[in-house]
Amino acid sequence: MIAIHNLTKQFGRLRALDGIEAEFSAGQSIALIGPNGSGKTTLLKCLLGMARPDTGSLQFEGADLTRSDAYRASIGYMPQIGRYPDNMRIGQLFDMMRDLRGYPENVDEELLDEFGLKAMFDKPLRALSGGTRQKVSAALAFIFRPSVLILDEPTAGLDPLAAEVLKAKILRERNTDRVIIVTSHILSDLDDISTHVMYLMDGKLQFFKDIETLKTETGETRLGLAIANVMRRHANENQASA
Amino acid sequence: MMTKYSSTAAATLPFTGEPDGVTCAEKKARPVAAMLKIAKYVLYDILRNRIVLGYAAFLFASALTFFNLEGDGSKSLMSLLNIVLIVAPLVSVIFSTIHFYNSYEFIELLVAQPVSRRTILGAEYAGVGGALVAAFLFGIGLPVAVFAPDPRGFTLLVVGVLLTLVFVSLAFLAAVLTRDKARGIGLALLLWFCFSILYDGLVLVLLFAFSDYPLEKPTLVLTFLNPVDLSRILMLLQLDVSALMGYTGAVFNEFLGSPMGVALAYGCLALWVLLPMIWAERVFRKKDL
Repeated sequence: MIAIHNLTKQFGRLRALDGIEAEFSAGQSIALIGPNGSGKTTLLKCLLGMARPDTGSLQFEGADLTRSDAYRASIGYMPQIGRYPDNMRIGQLFDMMRDLRGYPENVDEELLDEFGLKAMFDKPLRALSGGTRQKVSAALAFIFRPSVLILDEPTAGLDPLAAEVLKAKILRERNTDRVIIVTSHILSDLDDISTHVMYLMDGKLQFFKDIETLKTETGETRLGLAIANVMRRHANENQASA
Repeated sequence: MMTKYSSTAAATLPFTGEPDGVTCAEKKARPVAAMLKIAKYVLYDILRNRIVLGYAAFLFASALTFFNLEGDGSKSLMSLLNIVLIVAPLVSVIFSTIHFYNSYEFIELLVAQPVSRRTILGAEYAGVGGALVAAFLFGIGLPVAVFAPDPRGFTLLVVGVLLTLVFVSLAFLAAVLTRDKARGIGLALLLWFCFSILYDGLVLVLLFAFSDYPLEKPTLVLTFLNPVDLSRILMLLQLDVSALMGYTGAVFNEFLGSPMGVALAYGCLALWVLLPMIWAERVFRKKDL
């Protein structure tokens, strides 16, 4: 569904993405992990057309997505930090998003209900707490039933109850004709919801494997331990070659 | 995981995202419709913060004052002209730049939606420009329509509207060129300062330095390079005070008095609206947000 080929992005002297190659197919739920500043958010922003790649190609269903805008109708994006116009109310925000797409009928309001956002429709967006903001972002990402879901640290800032609601929602939405990409530092969260792991470091793709393979290769049962195992091995190899 | 890609894959498989049977006209109409939809929300946001309403009230009050103090002759139009040449560009340039930076969240939200960057920038322009032009037409247009409903008043309005749009364009350009808010506003103010004050000084210095040579034509060209000067000359020619401008004034009168010259002058002002905006759109399209 999404093909990334030799993707490179430079910010000044910092190489945020360095020759990324990957292909995401329908049915996959990808955990995008890596240390801070490894290029996770930049990769997502490139997929959304928010950052323009320097070289390489990004394709959505076979077509170059840097030249199109229409493909974003199939993407639901939950940003790491949701920033919204101060003067708008929650209800107006959702209304505007629907208006922009011509009021589609088949919308998914499950999260709006479960987070109790409808009762807060009159609240101005500037007055929202960080957690409520995250809830708004999450509800917006799911509302148009997109075929690609991009969730950048979805559970950060949510209270445990809301985080569970969101995780359950992601699990429910996993299906064969959808791609879900989630970044997080909470590996136990990702363990439940993902089928694949993509590990970035210093802008380079370290590996992209499905979770079961990774676990059998490392002999671990938890994702966190498996990742730690792989990292240790990488470090040893680097030492040996140095 | 890797597959082979041919470099032509993108060209041979254009993803349109449109159902079959969409005509060319419909494809063009859709971004415009989306632009107007977004512009509606921009306008709504502007009306909430009341600065534009205050600006309209200020213009209205000063126009009424001038007409009441000095009657409906050229004198009050001259006084109004100074407001139009100084205040309208200044308010336009500052308000547009600040508004653009304050709309960053809004823009960020929209770029993740299926609308093009061009549509977003166009909507911002339509909203901001529309609000400022409406304020101008209310504040100056209404009194002019009552006290001076003649070609002079009409010229003042056209010039004022164009000048407002020129400075909204320049403000947008300054805002997309710099990520930092303070720098962006500084750049926008600098542009206003150059065109409104510095430029005339430089022209004077030039005229003085080369006073031994015939300078009518170079002066004419220099005037066309500054939207504020161009607007001033267009209005002064209507007020028949160009006799005060001496020999150069005669050249202006000769050139800009002809329909061809007037058309050229308005065309040039229109270019001052379009060119910075086209540049801004190019920068904005490639910008990382």
